[in-house]
Amino acid sequence: MRRPRWMAAVVMPVATALVITSCGGDDSGDGDGAGGAGNNKNDTGTVSVFGTEPENPLVPGNTTETGGGKIVDAMFTGLVDYDPVTSEPRNAHAEDIAVSDDGKEMTFKLKDGWTFHDGTPVKAKNYVDAWNYTAYGPNGQQGASFFMQVAGFDQVNLPDPDGAEGPKPAPTPPAKEMSGLEVIDDLTFKVTFSAPHPIFRVKLGYPTYSPLPDSFFADPAKFEETPVGNGPWKFVSRVPGQEVLVERFDEYKGDDKGKVKNVKFSFPESADAAYAMVVDNKLDFLDTMPPSALAGNIWQTDLEGRSSSAEILSLQSMSFPLYDPKYKSVDFRQAISMAINREEITKTIFEGNRKPATGYASSKVPGWEPGACGELCEFNAEEAKKLFDKSGFTGTVEITSNADGGHKEWVDAACGQITNTLGVACKFVPVQSFGEIREKINAREMTQIYRSGWLADYPLVENFLNPIYRTGGSSNDNGYSNPAVDAKLAEADSAASEEEAYALYHEAETMIAQDMPAIPLWDNPSQFGWSTNLKNVRMTPDRELDLSYVEIA
Amino acid sequence: MGRYVLRRLLQLIPVFVGTTFLIYVMVWAVPGDPFAGMCGERPCNPAFVAMMTDKYNMDETVFVQYFLYLGNLLQGDFGETFSGLAVGDLIALRYPVSIQLAVIAVAIEAVIGIAAGILTGLRGRGFVDNLVLVSTLFLISIPTFVTGFLLQIVFGLELGWFPATVSSEATWGELIMPGFVLGSLSMAYVSRLTRTSIAENRRADFMRTALAKGQPKRRIVGVHLLRNSAIPVLTFLGTDLGNLMGGAIVTEGIFGIPGIGGLIYDSILNKEGVTVTGVVVLLVIVFLLVNLIIDLLYAVLDPRIRYD
Amino acid sequence: MTDPTIAAQADSGGSYVTALEHADGGGTGKKGKPRSLWSDAWGDLRRRPLFIIASVIILFLIVVAVFPEWFTSADPNHRDLSRSRQTPSSDALFGYDVQGQDIFARAVYGTRWSLLVGVGAAVFTVVIGAVIGLLAGYFGGAVDGFLSRVAEVFFGLPFVLGAIIILNAFRSSGVDSAFALVMMVVFALSLLSWPVAMRIMRSAAISAKQQDYVKAARALGASAWRIIFRHMLPNCLAPILVYATILLGSFIAVEATLSFLGIGLRDPAVSWGVMISDARNYIRVAPHLLLFPAGILTITVLAFVMLGDAVRDALDPKLR
Repeated sequence: MRRPRWMAAVVMPVATALVITSCGGDDSGDGDGAGGAGNNKNDTGTVSVFGTEPENPLVPGNTTETGGGKIVDAMFTGLVDYDPVTSEPRNAHAEDIAVSDDGKEMTFKLKDGWTFHDGTPVKAKNYVDAWNYTAYGPNGQQGASFFMQVAGFDQVNLPDPDGAEGPKPAPTPPAKEMSGLEVIDDLTFKVTFSAPHPIFRVKLGYPTYSPLPDSFFADPAKFEETPVGNGPWKFVSRVPGQEVLVERFDEYKGDDKGKVKNVKFSFPESADAAYAMVVDNKLDFLDTMPPSALAGNIWQTDLEGRSSSAEILSLQSMSFPLYDPKYKSVDFRQAISMAINREEITKTIFEGNRKPATGYASSKVPGWEPGACGELCEFNAEEAKKLFDKSGFTGTVEITSNADGGHKEWVDAACGQITNTLGVACKFVPVQSFGEIREKINAREMTQIYRSGWLADYPLVENFLNPIYRTGGSSNDNGYSNPAVDAKLAEADSAASEEEAYALYHEAETMIAQDMPAIPLWDNPSQFGWSTNLKNVRMTPDRELDLSYVEIA
Repeated sequence: MGRYVLRRLLQLIPVFVGTTFLIYVMVWAVPGDPFAGMCGERPCNPAFVAMMTDKYNMDETVFVQYFLYLGNLLQGDFGETFSGLAVGDLIALRYPVSIQLAVIAVAIEAVIGIAAGILTGLRGRGFVDNLVLVSTLFLISIPTFVTGFLLQIVFGLELGWFPATVSSEATWGELIMPGFVLGSLSMAYVSRLTRTSIAENRRADFMRTALAKGQPKRRIVGVHLLRNSAIPVLTFLGTDLGNLMGGAIVTEGIFGIPGIGGLIYDSILNKEGVTVTGVVVLLVIVFLLVNLIIDLLYAVLDPRIRYD
Repeated sequence: MTDPTIAAQADSGGSYVTALEHADGGGTGKKGKPRSLWSDAWGDLRRRPLFIIASVIILFLIVVAVFPEWFTSADPNHRDLSRSRQTPSSDALFGYDVQGQDIFARAVYGTRWSLLVGVGAAVFTVVIGAVIGLLAGYFGGAVDGFLSRVAEVFFGLPFVLGAIIILNAFRSSGVDSAFALVMMVVFALSLLSWPVAMRIMRSAAISAKQQDYVKAARALGASAWRIIFRHMLPNCLAPILVYATILLGSFIAVEATLSFLGIGLRDPAVSWGVMISDARNYIRVAPHLLLFPAGILTITVLAFVMLGDAVRDALDPKLR
């Protein structure tokens, strides 16, 4: 029921593009299509893509934010990648992935003949070394927790005894390598988990699991200056604060080889400027419309015939800092959820460009069942008021968010509904920077309800639940803990089949909704636009331009 | 003259130290953890935070941090941002663009402001005077971001007369509209200042003398009146040039200009004291040098002024 | 150095003063009774039509600011998305904003905060700048050197940096009432804007110091304070008053920019600036959201500048 709607949005422009390009006779997408005789513009042209300055050097294991992630994604290809349309995982560099019967071991066989951009072959060793490097605590890599389930992780990455803020540094771990990783031969390696984890396969498309060339370990500083990947795009140059240029890697063996010669990731000063640049044909692709373009759906007329909307793996929500006694009452939390009229806000404030949420994951996730939140996520003034009166909450409801990013409008609107429905004062408390909010959240000092968006790392319901709602999860920021939910999630993680896992995750979601630690608000489909220079434009579910498909018109 | 210039240059030193220190401390006082926002919607890996804290001396007191920074700066090292970019490179890339923008803005405000000022100053009260007053005031009473968006939409997107945004090459033509937006704030003040100055000087003795000598009107106005009225206007324009270079945060954001305003703003929010201080120090030096040049120009414009 | 704008002045009677003003000026002078500068100015002012119009507008705004409930019965903070962005009608004179709030009611209630920000910040800026500028200009030497360096340091501070620090420092101290929010903004604006006022005052003071009346006062043995505040201040006010009135208007507008950056006023202190800032994404779809607050802002600024202009002309003895 969800796919057709999504297909309608994206496949339509794609289909028209196909009709146009079929004259050129070069749209087969067979991987060797690049450089076809019919289209010389592709061979020389550059596609400029909206981006933001990477927060860290372009090392895959140290990149978890979208600005750098977009570029790292283009430069590296791991064992698995995701279908740009359905977001189903498929083998990329892995020839074969074999899971043992007990789900505790996974053996990877690599395709032969793949090389890094510097010409050295990609071997099993490159994966194992890269993963060990990322997981090793003292290296301070942001992606370390992605290897949590691998046996021996607890020997290479020790928790800081007095917390990150404490004066003592984390102790040096006893081992430098995880015991669960084993190179069998040049093209085979085996991973052993501390508990069965068959779903690991689906996560592997995330760039943190990329291999690193030998040159990285020899001289990391040089690598940071000129990163060497193994993906379809090769690093060319970087202008600090302005752009990163990559070119097609002609020796690339994967299926997602690019058709155009160069891709430039540009970092305009603001989303508004980026939008105007796309209208002006100075920027070729913008993945999110700024609020000023969504107002009155101006983007549809400004960019007629060169814009579209696609669902992505993203959900907007509001979280309660549960460690603050003010928010202890479940009745209060449910009352707030039911006092918000998601229909009305998505229609007026977002002009229909958002979709009311019915559960704790985005509807774009394969295998996700909607409706876990049920009536609790539907506007119901009477019930909300009843619950609110029962909760005995006094004072002002305060909702906070970073001020940039167009959040003020919907928070104000939600506040208006809360006031009108519950008769309680409600206000928006803006904060300048995302970092400032994060700091308070990390330190567990938040005293206001806060906005908590989530863009999934990989297309799996698990990624919307485990990190956020499981006790001690890597993004469990509000202190939510329910042993029954933990048990259900653990059961789902080690379920024998993917179908069974999906059913169990849905049950877990239903249980979470009853506790309402966070209020799901709406799916964030992304409205994107492109310049008249492009054709064959489509967006992947992780909000990136499909670089293997795009061509220059 | 030479001693005067030397003294002025020496005065730069306390201002340099005072400004760098004040800015460094202020950025340090910006709330928020600089590394907390670097990991998307999740808490950062503690090991990552520990490594970064150590790398950027964030565990030292602000004074130690400042002196470490100042030491590097005096050796010509501007330091690097938290994302590992050399601040010197960023400045070298963005500074020329901001200077270009500020020059255009000051040129526009000078041409329009002075012209309007002369016109109203010579004519005295009346319809033209009020028209100029109202239209320049209209510009200052509307916030920059509104003027910016309006012009961008009307002249850039709808009519297509000017480019709506600025590319990374930042050509002069692309900067005209942003320059106007930036300069519009001060235009009103320049025109008022010119008007007042001219109105006052019109009744000065030297004007009467020139008139009595039977000099042609063109010469009286062009040489005697304008030259003597120029000083306050010039002072203001000089001040404004320095001001506009760093104060273009909003304008740069709207038109996508890769200048230093956006760099300053982002670095403030990220608590990158190194970047903010490096950029602003250069601004202050430029500002003070421009003022020195203008003070020296006084002597050229008005022979009564002597520096010794 | 001297500033010739003020140094080279002649007596009155220029064609710059209109016939009406000229006649008035002559009329007040005939009584022969010794009058102070200020009462003289007042006599001059109350015959100027521009001054009267400006005063009426400002008085009206003050009444609106003090008693907003006299002018509208609508609740400025009631939100109703079903009437989002409706255009002006008989229900709502100025229409409704994105949140379905009555724009007219918001503009009426916003008068108080906007005026407070503009007037407050302009007064503080001029007072700080004028005092420091006068002292620097009169004493010169080391005093001037020190004060000028301090001003240069402050001038070098990026405005946004200063504003973020100051406004955040206050916020984390838990200040939350509307009046306190406004005062925070006033404080931040004036602390960061005084150097320009100081420079203007300083150059005026330097040139005034060399004028005969100051020399005469000094020869008569007047104290430094008396010379500064009794003789120099009134004569140096003209340039800074022009600056102040424009400053006042631009402060009301700058406050909108602060709101735009997320550090300005916010609920419950809803000003015109906040309204303008809120309207910015809807310029193309619902221009009335911007038009009404911006229009009121312009009229207000205009009124203050006209007032300042008239006062300046009246105060400047050379123009009379």
